[in-house]
Amino acid sequence: MNKSKKKITADILSYFILISGSLMMIVPFLWMISTSLKTADATFVLPPKFIPDHITLNNYKNVINSFPILRFLFNSIFVSVTITLGQLLICSMAAYVFARIDFKGRNALFLIYLGTLMIPSQATLTPQYILMNHFGWVNTYKALILPGMFSAFGTFLMRQYFLTIPKSLEEAAFIDGASHLKVFFRIIMPLSKPGLATLTITSFMESWNSFLWPLIITSDDKHITLPLALTRMQGRWHTDYNSLMAGTLITVIPILIVYLLAQKQFIKGITMTGIKG
Amino acid sequence: MVGDKGIKKILIICLFLLPSLIGLIVFKGIPIIWSLILSFTKWDLIGSPRWIGLGNYKNIILDKDFWGALAHTLYFILGYLPLVIIFALLTALLLNRKIKGITAFRAIYFVPVISSWVAVSMIWRWLYNSQYGLINYLLSLIGITGPAWLQDPHYAMPAIIMTSVWKDTGFLMIMFLAGLQNISEDYYEAAEIDGASGIKKFFSITLPLLGPTTFFVLIISIINSFQVFDQIWVMTQTEPTAAYTQVLVTQIYNYGFKYYKMGYASALSWVLFLLIFVFTLIQNKLQKRWVNYE
Repeated sequence: MNKSKKKITADILSYFILISGSLMMIVPFLWMISTSLKTADATFVLPPKFIPDHITLNNYKNVINSFPILRFLFNSIFVSVTITLGQLLICSMAAYVFARIDFKGRNALFLIYLGTLMIPSQATLTPQYILMNHFGWVNTYKALILPGMFSAFGTFLMRQYFLTIPKSLEEAAFIDGASHLKVFFRIIMPLSKPGLATLTITSFMESWNSFLWPLIITSDDKHITLPLALTRMQGRWHTDYNSLMAGTLITVIPILIVYLLAQKQFIKGITMTGIKG
Repeated sequence: MVGDKGIKKILIICLFLLPSLIGLIVFKGIPIIWSLILSFTKWDLIGSPRWIGLGNYKNIILDKDFWGALAHTLYFILGYLPLVIIFALLTALLLNRKIKGITAFRAIYFVPVISSWVAVSMIWRWLYNSQYGLINYLLSLIGITGPAWLQDPHYAMPAIIMTSVWKDTGFLMIMFLAGLQNISEDYYEAAEIDGASGIKKFFSITLPLLGPTTFFVLIISIINSFQVFDQIWVMTQTEPTAAYTQVLVTQIYNYGFKYYKMGYASALSWVLFLLIFVFTLIQNKLQKRWVNYE
């Protein structure tokens, strides 16, 4: 009797804390939505109202008329998707060699791969910028995409995954005369969907939310991605919070939709890798 | 026949490994070595770099701004780390009590994690607005006149810390939760038979067995904190408090891409690497004292 009473009290307390926490997590986003639907007059009044008396879409119109927002959206999608697809293929292929084909110096090479993970990305910013400048790639998609497409971490992740696949499956295929290419694309890759899902999510989130590198390498409207576009809006509408919140919402929505669709994979991928983009 | 097979093997290695290898050499390997060399030179992108030996490193040590940025970075870490770990662990413990709605709670706590730092900073700039911001309004309800947060040198960094804790709680929570779910029920059942209290169970079972997770979380968080940039840039760079929130990476950015002092910026980034490296090493040494691997 006493015990179940204790449990109920603990449950109520848990719910109370968790719900308060959830509110803290979600209210800033609701506040963003609310502000984006208000007129300027209704924004600067006290006490503030969560649900505006008069809902307006003018702020969204303002964003769309002032900035090529669709272009920014396209840039973000194009850059992130290309980086992700590139990583999936390039990392997996290299990982297949590291996991399955032995050659002299393989382990040493793999250690060097791991070693580069220790160097923080900031350490390579200056020469990477100089390199891009030298190639004439400043303000191009190439500069946004190419440096992100080759990932030692992704290779490591996929190698670890491939190692968990029993060799007996491919051995049978090899006896039947299959080539490495066939084994890789027909057997290994289809069996690695969970590993590929993890890499997709970390790689996509990292490039979608990336800010420092785009800030350095791009400045024109044709190529900037959403996070950078948002700072552009901030520069123009320093205190026009209505338009700013409308702009912010536009940049949050796409990743939010992807997240809602693949919530489980997101959480699993991030738990596995400890990478949050 | 054997030779034919050997050639095939070499071909497949080339085909599969070279794209990754060449890409990493060009975009990672060469820049790493290059930046190390640059760090011993003086170069403003015009003309050619001039070798000055350890000059940049000497200047860094003598530079008041560097120590300022380091102090701000450490301030950020010391404020952020304990708070985010406490909140994340508490949430994970509550969720691990097998209560209903765990998936929903987890999903909600995760929304800030997936949002970009720039978007989150934008939202919080508005929340921190001194006159019409939601935070100061809520404070006024309990009779407190809130500060100007991001415009106030004393409150700018705490504000950034709070936002960072808010954004990352879900991220660390999920890792703690994974760690908690790995602890076998048997331990708790045995403790229950011995009549151990909830608090006793937490300190003698949960916390020790969570050691490896905590260690991993700590390492990742410290490495990430040393590299803090986005939120600082968006929240205070255009504010009068910019100087009070200057951290190591904003300093690297300024020297490299505002003043075009490539050598100095490179040297700064290697100092950052060294700091991260040393801190990780110390952590690794200390872990033997408190982390038990089963």
